[in-house]
Amino acid sequence: MNSRDKEQYLQEYEVLKKKGKPFFPYAVMKDSVMMLVVAIVIVVMALVLGAEQGPKADPTTTTYVPRPEWYFFFLFEVLRVIKPPELVPIATIGIPTIAMMLLLLLPFYDRNPERAPQRRPIATTAGCLTIVAMAYLTYLGASAGAPDKIEMEVAAEYEEGKQFVAQSGCLACHKIGENGNDGPGPELTEIAQQIPRAAIYRSLQIGPGIMPSYADARPNEINAAADFLATLD
Amino acid sequence: MKFPDQLIPAPLRKPAKPGQNGHGNGSAPANLKDSPPERQADSQKLLDKAKEAPIDVAGWVDQRTGATSFVTGMLYRKVPKGTNWFYTLGSATLFAFAMQALTGVFLSMYYTPSPVEAYGSITHLTNDVFLGEFVRGTHKWGASVMTILIFLHMGRVFFFGAYKYPRELNWVIGVVLLILTLVMGFTGYLLPFDQRSFWATVVGVNINGTGPVVGPYLSDFLRAGAEFGPSTLSRFYAIHMLLVPGLMIALIGAHMYLVVKLGTTAPPWVRGAKPKPSRTVERVNAGANGRNGHNGASANGHSRVNGGNGRRVGKDDESQRE
Repeated sequence: MNSRDKEQYLQEYEVLKKKGKPFFPYAVMKDSVMMLVVAIVIVVMALVLGAEQGPKADPTTTTYVPRPEWYFFFLFEVLRVIKPPELVPIATIGIPTIAMMLLLLLPFYDRNPERAPQRRPIATTAGCLTIVAMAYLTYLGASAGAPDKIEMEVAAEYEEGKQFVAQSGCLACHKIGENGNDGPGPELTEIAQQIPRAAIYRSLQIGPGIMPSYADARPNEINAAADFLATLD
Repeated sequence: MKFPDQLIPAPLRKPAKPGQNGHGNGSAPANLKDSPPERQADSQKLLDKAKEAPIDVAGWVDQRTGATSFVTGMLYRKVPKGTNWFYTLGSATLFAFAMQALTGVFLSMYYTPSPVEAYGSITHLTNDVFLGEFVRGTHKWGASVMTILIFLHMGRVFFFGAYKYPRELNWVIGVVLLILTLVMGFTGYLLPFDQRSFWATVVGVNINGTGPVVGPYLSDFLRAGAEFGPSTLSRFYAIHMLLVPGLMIALIGAHMYLVVKLGTTAPPWVRGAKPKPSRTVERVNAGANGRNGHNGASANGHSRVNGGNGRRVGKDDESQRE
């Protein structure tokens, strides 16, 4: 936008403003109606949906579903789309940071003096695609359940470890056989081929990357889980 | 939409058509001698004085602040032709923020930010306190509504091209406010301290930790250490209650100041008539008078201040000469 465009915009804006109506009471009226609608929506949601309380937070229990608030689903789902471990930092911080910077600096790289959406095809398309992508990722996140059953035949001595793994939320991020979500964590169906039991045990202890640590769980449970996982090949 | 004329200040009102308000056509009183106007009682005088009290107070405040020109300028500034319902999304977001602030204050009266007592204090609030569950529900769902509204508001600004000259800075402030709103959502999620919020926050903080360079420091800062410990909850509470709301209030103030000063945009499909050459001269003059303001109010305010300064300077000059 050069200085002539700027001057022209200000002139036109002056004209439009002269033709407008005073903020009070005209715009105030619309704003108040909208505020009333917002208040009613929030109050009805509070009354109908309530605010239920889950079980108390307990670092030593293992039955939990690590699910963020719904408006973070799209960020969480990026992790499922981008899986190779060396790319995880790009998914977790890289993409959100780049998106944030692009958003923040928008007026500085979009120098097109046009304002009507139909005369800014690139900006309008990019905006629509962003909305579609965010809506789709939010939908994926909302529909991804956290299964708590592993349908897999194992020897009797590994049954306890299987139960522990099934009920500890592992399936929210890992796929084991037919069950669980494929990501953000690696698939565990053949994990024993890739890493030895000691490495599995250590992973459960320290929680590599974004995985939470199970160090507070009972030692025999971690041992049983590691035994079970070490049979998957 | 048509409003009664009383709401609109005299200079902006359309003049009445002759005979419209009944002036000049009313019937005169029957006979003044038969019913002379009564002498005002002392109590009546007192009543009249009391009626003027609000005006006196307003005048007293105005003398000391000069706020009247700002307030009237803000209220009666013109919004451009074509302003529609899409333009209510910003004030709706502000309203949702105000509701969060109000319900948050009441929640904080009962909440204890310690890992041992937090869960119990929420149970007590939900089950025993009058309207406790309702206020908590309002805060919880208000957060979702505010997030939706702020995204819709940003969408409106984006597709209407309203972030362009001269409103670039206000876009930047708005994006920072969006990020802070998401930070509020993230930090507030832990506070109920149930399983879901606890483990989601563990994963969320771990996600921050995988970031390049600052990642590990950021997650250590959030956790108040290398591990999720007793002070993590109070740290989230302080960020959620004090740090971020304070920043947000300051930035909302700046955001709204710029909105009033620069004016809201017209929808991009609304066109003004071709400006006449005489208007160019007028605009240049306006720019010279108040470089900072395109609306009449702030220009008036500036000229008032300048006038005051000028007079004082004049007096000082005189006293120096004496």
